[in-house]
This record gives sequence, structure tokens and C-alpha cells, in this order.
Amino acid sequence: MAKVNISIDGRPLQVEAGTTVLKAARDQGITIPTLCYMELEDLCIEHNPGGCRLCTVEVEGRNNLAPSCVTKVWEGMSIKTHTPRVINARKTVMELILSDHPFDCLICAKNGTCDLQKMAQDLGIREIHYKGEQSTYKEDYSPSIIRDINKCIMCRRCETMCNDVQTCGVLSGIYRGFEAVVAPAYEQDLEKSPCTYCGQCVAVCPTGALTEVDHTNKVVRALADPKKTVVVQTAPAVRAALGEEFGMEPGTLVTGKMVSALRRLGFDQVFDTDFAADLTIMEEGTELLGRLSKFLKGDKSVKLPILTSCCPAWVQFFEHNFPEMKDIPSTAKSPQQMFGTIAKTYLADKIQVKREDLVVVSVMPCLSKKYEAQRDEFKVDGNPDVDYSISTRELAHLIKQSIGDLKNLPDEDFDRPMGESTGAGVIFGVTGGVIEAAVRTAYEVHTGKDLPKLDFEELRGFDGVRSATIDFDGLPINIGIAHGLGNARKLLEEIKRGESHYHAIEIMACPGGCVGGGGQPLHHGDSSIIKKRAAAIYEEDKGKAIRKSHMNPEIIKLYEDFLGEPMSEKAHHLLHTSYFDKKKSTFIES
Amino acid sequence: MANYKMHILVCGGTGCRASQSEMILDNLKTELETKGLSDEIQVIQTGCFGFCEKGPIVKIMPDNTFYVEVTPEDVKEIIDEHIIKGRRVNRLLYVNPDNQEHIADSKHMGFYKKQLRIALRNCGFIDPENIDEAIAKDAYQALGKALVEMSPDQVIAVMKDSGLRGRGGGGFPAGLKWEFAAKNASDQKYVVCNADEGDPGAFMDRSILEGDPHSVLEAMALCGYSTGANKGLIYIRAEYPLAIERLKIAMKQAEEYGFLGKDILGSGFDFEIELRYGAGAFVCGEETALIHSMEGERGEPTVKPPFPAESGYLKKPTNVNNVETFANVPVILLKGAEWYKSIGTEKSSGTKVFALAGKINNVGLIEVPMGTTLREVIFEIGGGIKDGKKFKAVQTGGPSGGCLTEKHLDTPIDFDNLIAVGSMMGSGGMIVMDEDDCMVSMAKFYLEFTVEESCGKCSPCRIGNKRLYELLTKITEGKGTMEDLDLLRNLSEVIKDTSLCGLGQTSPNPVLSTMSNFWDEYIEHVTDKKCSAGQCAALKQYIIDPEACVGCTACARVCPVNAISGERKMPHEINQDICIKCNACFEKCKFNAISIN
Amino acid sequence: MSKIFGGIKMAKIKSLADLKKKQDEVRSKLNLRDKADNPESLVQIKVAMATCGIASGAKEIMEFFVNELGKRNIDAVVTQTGCMGYCYAEPTIEVQLPGQEPVVYGYVDSKKADKIIELYIKKGELVDGIIPQNYETIDNK
Repeated sequence: MAKVNISIDGRPLQVEAGTTVLKAARDQGITIPTLCYMELEDLCIEHNPGGCRLCTVEVEGRNNLAPSCVTKVWEGMSIKTHTPRVINARKTVMELILSDHPFDCLICAKNGTCDLQKMAQDLGIREIHYKGEQSTYKEDYSPSIIRDINKCIMCRRCETMCNDVQTCGVLSGIYRGFEAVVAPAYEQDLEKSPCTYCGQCVAVCPTGALTEVDHTNKVVRALADPKKTVVVQTAPAVRAALGEEFGMEPGTLVTGKMVSALRRLGFDQVFDTDFAADLTIMEEGTELLGRLSKFLKGDKSVKLPILTSCCPAWVQFFEHNFPEMKDIPSTAKSPQQMFGTIAKTYLADKIQVKREDLVVVSVMPCLSKKYEAQRDEFKVDGNPDVDYSISTRELAHLIKQSIGDLKNLPDEDFDRPMGESTGAGVIFGVTGGVIEAAVRTAYEVHTGKDLPKLDFEELRGFDGVRSATIDFDGLPINIGIAHGLGNARKLLEEIKRGESHYHAIEIMACPGGCVGGGGQPLHHGDSSIIKKRAAAIYEEDKGKAIRKSHMNPEIIKLYEDFLGEPMSEKAHHLLHTSYFDKKKSTFIES
Repeated sequence: MANYKMHILVCGGTGCRASQSEMILDNLKTELETKGLSDEIQVIQTGCFGFCEKGPIVKIMPDNTFYVEVTPEDVKEIIDEHIIKGRRVNRLLYVNPDNQEHIADSKHMGFYKKQLRIALRNCGFIDPENIDEAIAKDAYQALGKALVEMSPDQVIAVMKDSGLRGRGGGGFPAGLKWEFAAKNASDQKYVVCNADEGDPGAFMDRSILEGDPHSVLEAMALCGYSTGANKGLIYIRAEYPLAIERLKIAMKQAEEYGFLGKDILGSGFDFEIELRYGAGAFVCGEETALIHSMEGERGEPTVKPPFPAESGYLKKPTNVNNVETFANVPVILLKGAEWYKSIGTEKSSGTKVFALAGKINNVGLIEVPMGTTLREVIFEIGGGIKDGKKFKAVQTGGPSGGCLTEKHLDTPIDFDNLIAVGSMMGSGGMIVMDEDDCMVSMAKFYLEFTVEESCGKCSPCRIGNKRLYELLTKITEGKGTMEDLDLLRNLSEVIKDTSLCGLGQTSPNPVLSTMSNFWDEYIEHVTDKKCSAGQCAALKQYIIDPEACVGCTACARVCPVNAISGERKMPHEINQDICIKCNACFEKCKFNAISIN
Repeated sequence: MSKIFGGIKMAKIKSLADLKKKQDEVRSKLNLRDKADNPESLVQIKVAMATCGIASGAKEIMEFFVNELGKRNIDAVVTQTGCMGYCYAEPTIEVQLPGQEPVVYGYVDSKKADKIIELYIKKGELVDGIIPQNYETIDNK
């Protein structure tokens, strides 16, 4: 890479040609404040609209200040990052932004984790000289996400996530001038839009404009209700991220402490969604093998590839955007919903609690799970299989408000039967994990042989679209993996055109999979955090005594005692679902 | 073919059409028909003559008679007297304001004397809906010459040598821009004509498109040939229906003759043009915003680089020029760079079209060589200030420009001189203000416009301009403080310094230039709570003279907010806290007892 | 469509030479306007076209000048004007050669008109029938 000579604040240095002033300065240890800028390097997502104008610097020979995030270096460039002119400009711009922002920091959901707040603090804003009219927009409550866009600062990060990364096209800039704001078209409610509730907008929002619907109070009330038995399930990706909320290093596994905390919070039984993940593999894997063998026998009615269906945002995505392909995904419910069904039938029976007295809470790295839990097809006589779904962040709040810290809690183990899980269930939390878990089981069921090696490195990694061919003892199985809905769209378009050569495809809506979910602790633009969580997930898998779903003793028992066999009539009734055409349900109210 | 003895040209520009020029046209045709003169006299609808103040314009050729403010009812007299009897209708002639003499030949009018029409060369002369008339006036000759005799590089060389600078406001050398686009290799390139004229009061581009659309089409094809593009797009605001109509006709005719389409003039060069309609957003005059708008995206700018020449429409190399820039191109190629450079100033060659407006006698569209002074434009061409009032300031460059005063009047107009004195060329709006104009209000007026037109992408422009507007409002309402003036200045400078695109980088100019040229007026508003120009309603005070008031109660009864009180037959009083300065009492009082302070 | 050439399909112009030919062809239509824009450098002929003039054939004379000057390739502007006051000598015309004082001729018929073109306009030789001018117009004030 060619180098150029520049100087920053009088210090001469050589930097890579083509890099930006912002990056060159950061490499020198100079932090230039930014608000709209976001680079998720590991996910190949860069957002640099140059809109907030906080990162301006002085460049010799240039009339006005240069936005460092989009200004590239050139030979001989002389940059000054903190002259009085620069500082005054930054403070004035910051005051302007704050002058059109509500002053309810102390009671805002983002209090303490707000980028705007931090920036105001760093810049030492003590007074707002420019006061005037403030924007007022209506608040929007959807099943998963709250939009309080009075707090929107037009950084447009959510728009990049929604349009460029997820290709959902729900959020975009509307109106102009002072009224400009990011919202669904015609300022519609999210619920009337093709929003998948993936929550990636929430994950990147620097302020409290986009937050999750908070169910913690409902959980607290259920826990206090003596008539109710409250059980909880925790998704695999939660244990790899929860620690961050308590100041631990990203990638620290806190499984034991989390179980311990949940028990202290008052949950009657603390279970693991990983158990349901193993169950999903049994159903989905069997479905795959069934379709595959029919296909290989020449049955033209069989549709391949089979697509995974664990991710509710992904389900929403194809229901809205590719309803004509709704027969292709596996009919298996997601682990969250399988857990709910089994808890409210098998478990309720076992522990002698009536369905209406059993409350199932799920802790998820996801916001779409909130929406999934309240879908009508997952209710029995109006009683949902999963009563409340809370995010990793909400669990952290619950712990903070009730117990305080997590760090000093002892490690405890999940309850049985639904706390028993395998390494295959754990890796559901990361992109490629579901299909790897499915391969581990499908291979052994199909070939009748033991796998020589359980780690399928070829299925792992962070590339947006990945493919691998796994040798099923002479039968090559083509596997596709996509994370991020934009990448999923590419594979779907391929299928639509009849060009897909895959037998099975795993799709996760969030970049990185559930470890990068919209309900996880905020990464504040540092995508290495997501990678560290993924590493922790694989580490947990490695440490598990059992790493294949079909070897989970409680799963085996569940089939023996209750379900019969995978894809049995009972299993079909309880563990499978169907999908809807939602293309027409998105409408514009005049 | 009829051998016409006379041509009657009727202005068909938007302004004159609004004053019934179409009915004049119809009446002329009917009247000639009735008199059996249709074969001898040809009636032609042309584009704008520029002298909009005196529209509708009817010009009779060959005896070169320029009738002004013609009404449809005047048609009979024009035919009977002028056409049949050969006697000019004196009452319809322009009257020289200096000596009250009638002037028939437009060349002798102050308005036209100093003008040199290059971009507007055919406006008001040809029928824009008839390509043959354009061809007679050299349309497509330059294209033919370039395609047959010149290489693309040679065309660019002429453009560069000519020194033609972008007329849309930026003043960037057009030839250089073309060269950039030419140098970027691509399977597809585009030529875009920016016809999104958005300055308040500006109609230079509209008039060119209405009066001589072929000049623009030809220039676009030339640009395509030299940059390697075979697709042209005209981004025109949908509020220009007549320009759109004429462009459509011109495009159709050019296609039929083969000046657009495949294998133009047998050269093997293909070029087609498509129209794209804008919804009238000022910011879409910024080329990246314009391109986004054409792509179906939100019309907001992106940071340059990359420049459109590198990555423009659909990420392909794109050259964007505005209408007036293009209109100059064919003439330059025909007459040569040297000829063009001989006109204007050293660094700004050629002419510039201005839309004269405001408190000036001759409102209209003018084209003058660069280097003409503001004084010549305002006092000679523009005919001075209306109603004998005193000149106070002239705003050039529209909302992005600045206010210039008496002391700048002898500045020769060109890109660099205007910037040097704190304003800018802009796209050519020129608004003249007299002693009755309050400069704080003027700055507020422009800010109101930019607040409305900001796209909202970058914070300083989105919020900053709004705060500027609010501060100015506060001052015009007499609530401003000296600290507000400091804030105003600081904010203006930061907005200029930090905004993303040209809109925000220039929007505080009206504030900064009025602050530097009319500081006293700001002080007066803030400390004396007074507006000498009398424009700031909130600073007016209505006072009843107790000597003159007879206590008739008429004023109290007409006051909508019950601010006036007093006993019958006793002097009345106005409560200043309640008064909304609606002027109703002033109008009602028969005894001249109410005065405005 | 009717607005575009009244629906007549136009022939394509296939080369620069074609374009030049086309221009020559259409130029004449604008001659009148072109000349009017620049009358000082051209021969200007004003035909008195008041009732008296028309009655004694001014219209025909004007026609004659327009057609003949065109045919004989003389750049001239032929305009009509009101009564010049020489009703006894109608049709009267005023001829002004570039840079010269105008000359008024009376009793102009086609024969005389021909003479005026050939002798006065082409060669500058005065022809019989000059009426001395005895008034001023606003224009030459």
C-alpha cells in the first residue's frame, strides 16, 4: 500500500494513501469526536454520511473545516485537530443538536449508554446558547421497538442498517430542513411497515430515539404473583454478552452467574433455550433428511433448498418480501417457541401446574422475539406459549435494579429437564451455528456413522454469504449460510431465479447471528465485540460433554415419554408452524 | 411558400403569457385573417425578450418596432394603424423615462443598450417550437462541426481555452469538468443538464429553455461527444410546464431531424436525451443531490469527492452543467475560444444572465458581458430605483449571496470580484433594495427560505439555520440583545465552516453581509427597538395625538384587539402592549390623529 | 403531434453538408428579422402605404421590391410607412442607402422601381422623380 506524508497537529507522519483523516488521527491516538460515523469493520459495514459535522478539523489550504470521517488524506496534507476554531465549531454544532433534543436524560432508556450524552460530556457543554423550537413527532410503539424520534439526531445509522444491510427499506429520511427525521414512509407506524423487528436500528442508535419495548415490569409482577409459577429460558447468545453490562470483558461467558442471578430474581425454574435448540435440530434435521431423500428419489414436488426458520426477523422478512417462497423454509418453530410449547404441555404436566398459572419468560439477544412471542399461531386460547420475551439488556436492568451486580454471584447450573443441552444447541447463537448443529445430527442419522470431527470450520466465519459442501459419506451436501437480511436476499433471489445449488441454507437476520442481535448490550460501533462473543460461544460448545443434539438425554426422554419421534403427528402439531403472505398487509393509510 | 413582408413577434415567455400574450397572439391571427393579410404577415411566438417589466412585448419586423405592455384589445389598432397604414402606434411605444420620448427600436432603450446576448441570443427572436428557425440561427452547426471536424479532445480544448465557467453558481471551469468526465473510463457515462433553477426570483434557465431549447440540446450532445457519454438527462423542475413543453417539442424535432438519436449526422455518434422532473427543492440544484433525486433517492447531497465526474448518476461518470452554461457552448465552438475570451474579464470570460428584480424600474432578464459594473446594471439597464427612491443595497447570488451597497456599485461583476466584496455570482439573481427595505428583515427573508429548503442532512444547516432565523425574528420583534448579535455572528460562521454542501456553506451570507454593511441597523433594532425602514411591524408604534383626537370612537370600534380606550368626545389612547399594529385604526381615523412612530 | 410540424414527418439530416443545405434553405425565412436587427448596414426602402398610396398601387410596388430585391440578391429592408404627405405623387417610396441621407421618389411604378434598383441602389446614380424632403421624423431627430 502506498504511503503519503501528512502532518497532524504539527507531527509529521506517514499513513496509508486513501485512508481518512479520522482513521489516520485515531491511529495516532487522537480521538476525534463522531456521532453519525460508524464502522463495523468485521461486518464490512461502514456508515459515513458526513452529516453530524462534529468530526471537523482544520486542513491547511481549505476554506472551510473538513469532516474528518470522509476526508481522505493527500500528500503533504497538514491537519489541525483541535484549534480554537475547531473546538468552537464542534461545541456550537453540539449545542445545536442538543437545542433540538429533549432534556430528559435522567429518565431516558439510554441514560448512561447514550453516545450523544457522552459526546456532550466530552465536549464539556455546560450551556446551550442557541435555544428555540424543538421538533415534535408522535411516538410509535410496535410489539418490539419504540420510536421516540424527538430524540432522533439524524445520524442515519438506523437507515443504513435498515436499507443497506438488511434491505428492509423501512426507515429513511423524511421531510426536510428542520423537520427532517428518520421514519417509515409517510411517518407510518412500524407495525404497518414491513419491519422485521430485527432491532439492528436499535443496536446502532446513538440516542434514545430507538429502544426496545421494555417488559421487565411485567416480569417483576409475575415473579411476585404467588399464584404463578414462573420459568425462564435463556438463549445461547445471552451468556456470551450479559457480562459486558457489568463491566466484564466482551466475550466473557457468564452462564453460571446468569443462572444464579435468575434464580435470585425469583424464577421458579431456570432453563436453557439450548434445550429447545437441540429439539429444533431433531425436527429440522429430520425434515431436511426427509425432503432430501424424497428429492434424491426424484420427487418433483419437494422443494429444496430447505431454509432454517429459527430467526423470527428472517421469518418476517420472507413473509413480507418473498411470500411466494413461504413453502421453502423449514416448518419447525424457533427454539424460543418450541420451548414455550413444551413448557406449557410436557413440563406443566410434569410439575402439575395449570397452563394459565405457568408463566414462561424468555431472555433473548433479540427484539424480534418479542414480536414472535405474541404471534397468534403461538397462543392457545389466547394464552401465549411464551408470555414475556426480554432482551439481554433488559435482563441486565432487572439484575441491576434487584440484585445489583453479577460479578460476585456464584456459578450455578440450569434446572432439569429443560436445562439440559448440548454444544450443538449453544452454537445456535452465532452465524453458521444452526446449520453446523444440523449437520452434526443429520450426518450421523443419515449415514449411521459417528462423525470423525465435530468442528466444521468451513461453516464458521463472518463473511456475509458463505457456502460449503459437506460429504455425507459419498453424498455431497451443499450448504449456504447468510447473515444479515441483505445477504439473505441475495440467496433468495438466486433461488427465485432457479439458480440455487444449495440443499440447505441457514439464515440469521442479524450480522454475526444472535451474538450481534438487536437486544444485546450496545457495541457502540466496535464490531470486534461481536466476534469475541462468537468465540465465547464456540468455547462453550467445546467445553460441553455432549455436542450433538440427538445425544441430549433429556431430548431422547422427551421423545420417548411425550412426542414419539421427530416429525410424529404430535411433534408436528406442537413443534411446527406455517407462514403467511404479508405482502398485502403492508398498506399506507391515507 | 408565402413570402411574408412582415413578422410580428409576440413574447411567449411565462411572464408575458401570464399577462395574456397568448390572447394577443390569437387576436393577431384572427385579425390578420379577417383583413386577408395572413399570407403577408407572419405571427411568431418567441421566447422571453427579457424586458418583463414592460410585458407583454410585441415586436414588429422589419421596421423594428418594439411595443410594450400590449393588451389583447390593442391588437386591432396595431393591425389597422401599423400593419395596414404603416403608422406606429405611439402610445404602445416605450417611453424613455429621462426625456419622455417614445422609443421604437429596442436597441435604443437603456434596457438593451449595454446588453450582449450570447446565451439569450435567440430568445425573443425565433419561434422556439420551430426547429427550422433555430437552424437558420446556426443551431446544430457546432455539433456538426465537432462531429465531422473535431476530436472529443479538441472540443474539450476549445472549452477549456474559452474560460467558460459554470453559470449555476459555482463558477467551476466547464472545460475542466468535461475533461474529468472524459478521463474516467466507463461503459456508460451521462450528461446531465441542471434545470432545477431554485433561487427565489430567478428565471434565467427557464427563459433559455422556453426561448431557445435547441441551444441546450445541442450543447448536451456536444458534451456527450467530448466526454464519451451517449445519454443525457435534463433535470427540470415540474413547476416549469412551458419550458417542459417546449423542450419536449424541441427534442422530438431534433430526433426527427436526426440531431439526437443514433448515428448523428452520419458520424456514428449516438446521443439521446431524457427529461426528469424535480419537485422543486432548492437543494437539488446541488449536483450530488440532483443526481440522488434522479436515482429515486432522497434529494440530499453527499460529500465530494467522489465527484460526479467519477461516480455520478447510477455510480457512472456524469457531467452536470446548468442550462445557461450549456447555452453558451455551441456559440463558443462556432466562433472560437478566442472570440469568447475577448468578452468579459480575464478570469471570467463571456457574459452572464441576470434576473433583475426588486425596487428597480426595469425588472427583467438581462445579459451583460462580465465586467459590467453593478452601477451600469442597476442604473442604466435597470433604469434606476423605482419611484425616485434612494438605492440602498443589491443582493446578488440569491439566498446564498450577500448584500452589496453604494460603495460596491462600481465593482465590475465577475465571479471573483463578487466573492471578494462578500457576495457571490450565484446563478444570477439580482434583487435591488431601496431605503424602505429593512436589512435585518431582508436577511430574515432569505433565512426563512433556506430553513425551508435545507435538506436536513447535516446538523449545522438543519438546526443552525433555524436558530439563525429565530434569532433574526427575535431582533425584528425588538426582543434582541447585544449578546444575540454575538451569537448570530458566531453561529453564521460555524454554519459556513461546517455545513456539508453549498447550501449551508452559503446560507448565512445574507446575515454576515448585512451585519458587516448595515451594522447600524442591527444596533438600532436591538438597542433603540427601532426599524428606520419601517418594515418591522413589531417595532412600529401607533400613537394618538390627543390634540387632534376628537373622541369619535371610530378607532376603538375598529380595533380587533380592543387596544384603544377613551371616553366619548375625549382623546383616546392606544395600549402598546395589546396593539398588534394591524393599521386598522390608522386607516379609520378621519382626523389624522393617529401617527406611526 | 399537431404542434410538431403540423404532423408532417421531416426528413432526417444525415450529414454536415445536409445540415448546411438545410440552413441555407431555412435562412431566408428569417432574413427579414435578421436584416431588421441590423438595418443601418442595409438598403432601407419605405413604401408609403396610406389610403392614397394603396389606391395608387403602393401594395403592388411593395410586393415588387420585396420579390425583386430577393431575386437580385440585394440585402434590403422593405417596410411600409404611413402617408408621407405627397399624395399627389403616390405611390411614393423612401430609399436610404447605408450611411446616406434618405431619398424620396414619387410616381413609382414597376418600371421606375426596376430603374431605382438597377441605377440608384446598385450604382448609386440618382433617378428621376426625387421629391425634396421637407420634414423631419422623430427617428432622425
